[in-house]
Amino acid sequence: MLYAILRRFGQMLFVMFGISVIVFLIFFATPGADPAARIAGRNASPEVLAAVRHSFGFDQPLYVQYTRMMEKIFVTGDLTSFVNRGWKVVPAVMDSIPVTLSLVFGAAVLWVVVSIIIGIVAAATRDSWLDKLLMALGLLGISMPVYWLGEVMNLITQSRHHDKWVFSWVPPLGYKNFSDDPKGWFLTLVIPWITLAILYIGIYGRVLRAAIIESMQEDYIRTARAKGLSETRILFRHALRTSLIAFVTLFGLDFGALVGGSALLTEVVFGLHGIGKLTYDALQNLDLPMIMATVMYASMFVVVANAVVDFVYILLDPRLRTS
Amino acid sequence: MILSVRDLKVSFRTHDGPVRAIDGVSFDLEESEILGVVGESGSGKTVSLLAVMGLITDPNATIEGSIRYKGRELVGLPPRELRRLRGNEIAMIFQDPMTALTPVYTIGWQIAEQIRVHRGVSKAKAMERVEELLAEVNFPNPHEAMSRYPHQLSGGMRQRAVIAMALSCDPALLVADEPTTALDVTVQAGILDLVRRLRAKHRSAVVLITHDMGVVSELADRVMVMYAGRVVERGTRTELFSDPRHPYTSALLGSIPPLTGQKPRRLPAIPGSPPSLLRLPQGCAFGPRCPVRYGPCEAGKPGLGKDAHAAACFRVAQA
Amino acid sequence: MIDIDRPILETRSLAKRFSIGTRFSAEGRRTIHAVDNVSLIVRRGETVGLVGESGCGKSTLARCLVRLYDITDGKLLFEGDDITSKSLSELRPLRRRLQMVFQDPSASLNPRRRVGDLVAEPLRIHGRLSSPEITARVAELFELVGLLPDHVMRYPHEFSGGQRQRVGIARAIALNPDLVVLDEPVSALDVSVQAQIVNLLADLQEKLKLTYIFIAHDLSVVRQVSTRIAVMYLGSIVEEGPAEEVFATPVHPYSQALISAVPVVETTPSGTRKRIILTGDVPSPLKPPLGCRFHPRCPIAVDRCRSERPELKEHRPGRKVACHFPTLS
Ligand SMILES: Nc1ncnc2c1ncn2[C@@H]1O[C@H](COP(=O)(O)OP(=O)(O)OP(=O)(O)O)[C@@H](O)[C@H]1O
Ligand SMILES: Nc1ncnc2c1ncn2[C@@H]1O[C@H](COP(=O)(O)OP(=O)(O)OP(=O)(O)O)[C@@H](O)[C@H]1O
Ligand code: SF4
Ligand code: SF4
Ligand SMILES: [Mg+2]
Ligand SMILES: [Mg+2]
Repeated sequence: MLYAILRRFGQMLFVMFGISVIVFLIFFATPGADPAARIAGRNASPEVLAAVRHSFGFDQPLYVQYTRMMEKIFVTGDLTSFVNRGWKVVPAVMDSIPVTLSLVFGAAVLWVVVSIIIGIVAAATRDSWLDKLLMALGLLGISMPVYWLGEVMNLITQSRHHDKWVFSWVPPLGYKNFSDDPKGWFLTLVIPWITLAILYIGIYGRVLRAAIIESMQEDYIRTARAKGLSETRILFRHALRTSLIAFVTLFGLDFGALVGGSALLTEVVFGLHGIGKLTYDALQNLDLPMIMATVMYASMFVVVANAVVDFVYILLDPRLRTS
Repeated sequence: MILSVRDLKVSFRTHDGPVRAIDGVSFDLEESEILGVVGESGSGKTVSLLAVMGLITDPNATIEGSIRYKGRELVGLPPRELRRLRGNEIAMIFQDPMTALTPVYTIGWQIAEQIRVHRGVSKAKAMERVEELLAEVNFPNPHEAMSRYPHQLSGGMRQRAVIAMALSCDPALLVADEPTTALDVTVQAGILDLVRRLRAKHRSAVVLITHDMGVVSELADRVMVMYAGRVVERGTRTELFSDPRHPYTSALLGSIPPLTGQKPRRLPAIPGSPPSLLRLPQGCAFGPRCPVRYGPCEAGKPGLGKDAHAAACFRVAQA
Repeated sequence: MIDIDRPILETRSLAKRFSIGTRFSAEGRRTIHAVDNVSLIVRRGETVGLVGESGCGKSTLARCLVRLYDITDGKLLFEGDDITSKSLSELRPLRRRLQMVFQDPSASLNPRRRVGDLVAEPLRIHGRLSSPEITARVAELFELVGLLPDHVMRYPHEFSGGQRQRVGIARAIALNPDLVVLDEPVSALDVSVQAQIVNLLADLQEKLKLTYIFIAHDLSVVRQVSTRIAVMYLGSIVEEGPAEEVFATPVHPYSQALISAVPVVETTPSGTRKRIILTGDVPSPLKPPLGCRFHPRCPIAVDRCRSERPELKEHRPGRKVACHFPTLS
């Protein structure tokens, strides 16, 4: 067990190192990508450029610049933004993490629960009108762009129908700290959770349905029938557990990516200052230190999410356990 | 009489047209008797026994005829009633032990599940019984084996676990679909030995499906030979092997190379291959491959008749 | 001049090991000893049958013999010529003379190509024949294996299993090979069709002077086809000798158990043979037992068997066995 954890940790360091080098090279060593020119502005004189270069350390050899940047992120934590030299990037990332985690965790709970129900009901009533209806709704959920859906939600709950009793509880956009105001935290996040979850409910419900239907064709289901078990028991005890394996794989990937910053659109529509928004702004401004910090955070999280998925796999499937 | 099947017909609607997989099969099974069902791939062995178990779930299937278990008609019985019989009074062993067990539960749990469903006993009680059963099917260390997952067992051990599961509720009828085909001969010998011993002890009637004439001749009391969805010959083991009457049976026996004595230079082979059920030949389905076919064979389908040792062939009927 | 007694194929202490897992997986890297210390001589015109339990390394050995696998240890000689580590291009001229037929006739034939093309393919790759010559040769091959001339335009799925295996055989003999390795060529076929293919193989051997290495799990089929058999257990040969003799009087305790376990059709119920039922399972090739590899299951094992591994040696002219206590049962 300890060995497995250490191995994961080593893997994480390796991934982070690789990614940081790549990101670094893209922004510093790509011909034409002169960060000094970016910072000094389009029409800066050569003298200004040289001064900027010197002050940011761009005149140093690349490896020196790289190590100094890493040191400032991981050791001293005082790397500053290119855009605003008073702004430290590490605390900025730290402040955004709870926002993103709140958003993604809540949405994940919602989409996992609802899609498992939908998947099971659809598979159990396969080819009936209910199955067809659920699958059509799922498809609808998949095809609605999050940005558009978020705007529509806002339109309904914030302006047009805000005064009606159904939506009057919806607070204004923004994020409230859980520790300061648990109720406010919850209420502000309900609509974003639903918005983000709808897409995934559609995908996961369909995936689970297909996986259950596939496992129902397996030989061991025939054995279960020959044992005289009821169809309900066969579905829940024998088919569902093996079907969840595909589900978990997908979940690990999506969850890792969302926590790593790809809930960007949802964050933007609902005015949540999370990791996605932070990364997006940093990219807009080519703010290399911020980009580096968010990327480091994201890759760390993807590796952690993968580790968790592997662990759940082992819980679900004894074939992966080693003696 | 444990089981009595009369004029069983099973057909499937497929893209290429209707397939009559079973075309009028009848047979009887007495208490503690072993009936061997032999035939080539696609001859309908599995489908006929799945029909008996009520396990044909394909919505495109139609089942006609009568299947009586201890006098009670099974065709058209409500699913609840059937479930009460399955696994309890009628148990089944499948061909491939590698895929027949759910991979995510221990074999102890899976066997206990069946006992609990049918007997309503506590989990602890069920587990005690499982340990006894595993010992009975020769697991060297039954207590430890209960907590093993299927993938941790060899093919032979899995098949023994499946047999233990089938026996768990003392079934009166055991249906075994090629129980040893996927196993090595050395392992098969152990399993056949086990089936023989258990039959003597539990007095279950057994239907044993196989395509291996050797297995049938070792185990079966009576034998039924199938070809293209019909029974072409039936009789006791001795009758069938020492006096095969249907041209297909004798040709099949002739084409098996001997294990001892002089090797024939060439094996007497049956020409051609089994017909597709979508395009059955006119008259006797074996006609195109039959060395002794003659006029009447194309005109109609030969019936099996009423005798204990009977062959569905016009030549035999004539003699 | 062909020297009749010179072996066509010979292995000397041949071994094939597979590594599974990586350094990063939980158990780390492990080695499967799939074939271990096999010395086998195959003479021109004979059929050597390989038998043994599933996983004992028959297919792996077969693939090593035609160099589909790289050999880990030992030597492989073709007509006295060491081909153990020849490169693919050096092997090219030999490929023509060494062919292989696989178990599943449908898996080894490309479903989207006409069978005529499939049979012509090796002729195009290796031969120096013109197009009309190839067409003529394909027609000749079809006749040889008992397919009709108009079958060339069909696709594999339009054939029965037996016919597909005939196509596989036609492909293998297209280049007039000397040695054909047949890995379970009849195992997927129905009993009634199996006999046809067994006969076809015998006819072709006679007509084309072929040498066969034949694998099947049906022992009576192996006996029918083979002149000599080698019994394998856990990667090694434990007994070798003329087919009929080994079947009549097996000497190694494992061969005795194996042959006694075959169910045979008996017309008289009294004539039951003595059966040796082995206990225990085949040990894992990841961790083969020390000493004699059969000792955990051997009914007559003694202390010596647990420490000292018996060599395969001749105990009687033409009969070899790897056991400290060869007995006649
Ligand atoms: N669900 C189905 N739909 C259409 N045809 C089917 C279906 N199930 C079985 N069949 C057909 O019924 C016939 C009999 O099949 P069955 O499985 O009983 O053969 P078998 O004698 O058990 O053969 P094997 O030795 O290969 O197991 C076959 O031709 C098969 O293709
Ligand atoms: N490519 C491979 N990689 C790793 N292990 C392998 C590979 N091929 C075979 N093995 C292992 O080597 C051993 C011998 O396998 P092989 O396929 O040669 O057995 P076999 O005698 O042909 O069995 P069967 O009768 O089941 O075909 C087995 O334990 C198998 O799992
Ligand atoms: S009925 Fe005719 S064709 Fe059929 S088996 Fe008898 S002799 Fe042969
Ligand atoms: S060497 Fe010993 S263990 Fe091995 S086969 Fe001979 S008697 Fe048995
Ligand atoms: Mg079958
Ligand atoms: Mg093999």
